[in-house]
Amino acid sequence: MKPGHGDVLLAEGDVELAEDERRLVEEFRCQLDQGMWAAVPGSDAGGRHEAAMVRSFEEIPRDAERVIFFPRAAGG
Amino acid sequence: MPVLAAAIVLALACLGAVAFTPDLRRALRRRRARLGRPRPYTFDPGRERRAEVKARRLLRSVVGEDAFAMYSELGFIRVGGGHGGYGYLLYPHRSIIAFDQRSGALLNEYCVGFPDSSDPASGSRLPDSDDVLAKWMALRGDERRLIADANMHLPGRHVDPGQVQRDLLRLRAWEGQRRRAAQ
Repeated sequence: MKPGHGDVLLAEGDVELAEDERRLVEEFRCQLDQGMWAAVPGSDAGGRHEAAMVRSFEEIPRDAERVIFFPRAAGG
Repeated sequence: MPVLAAAIVLALACLGAVAFTPDLRRALRRRRARLGRPRPYTFDPGRERRAEVKARRLLRSVVGEDAFAMYSELGFIRVGGGHGGYGYLLYPHRSIIAFDQRSGALLNEYCVGFPDSSDPASGSRLPDSDDVLAKWMALRGDERRLIADANMHLPGRHVDPGQVQRDLLRLRAWEGQRRRAAQ
């Protein structure tokens, strides 16, 4: 999520393919290094919409469809 | 004769170079400095509108139809607190309001933003719907962390408590209407 743009696609790929996974890991680290937060949207067993915050690539469920990066929170 | 003309042209070129080189150098330095500087932010209504349309689409895909309908029709999203009994109202670019789910009493305001200074030309403010989504994901994903990062105030610091009470009444009426429509 970016000011003036909305959501921007940073990278996409299949984690089962080594080359794709390497690219995704790289982009994930790059975003976190820039100070972004990462969330994985999904739904719980009851179908309720949820989001999980992730701090490392390993925390992302293998079947996750997307990871959303957004600027970290700051007290206003 | 041609030799004389060439000599005159050469002399004029030399004089010109002596006269104008400092100005040219200064102009080139200024131009280089201008190009190196990030472009300043300018408000572009078309760009902001396009960003907001995308942000609404993303919000809808993440929070689901019910919460998105709440946002579209009421202008905020209600999120239940992780420990029950309380909830939050999420408004775009305003403090998060914590309230007692049973009594409707306002508990606190949590002042928090998601500034992004990576591209000064686009500003540092997320589109409205992205701001709401950021609050929603951060609360759902790690409520404690978000609340710890926010500045806590008593109700009324930034958001009019009367307006929030009216919003809670509107929310109750809206939910009742949807329940009746679903039956």
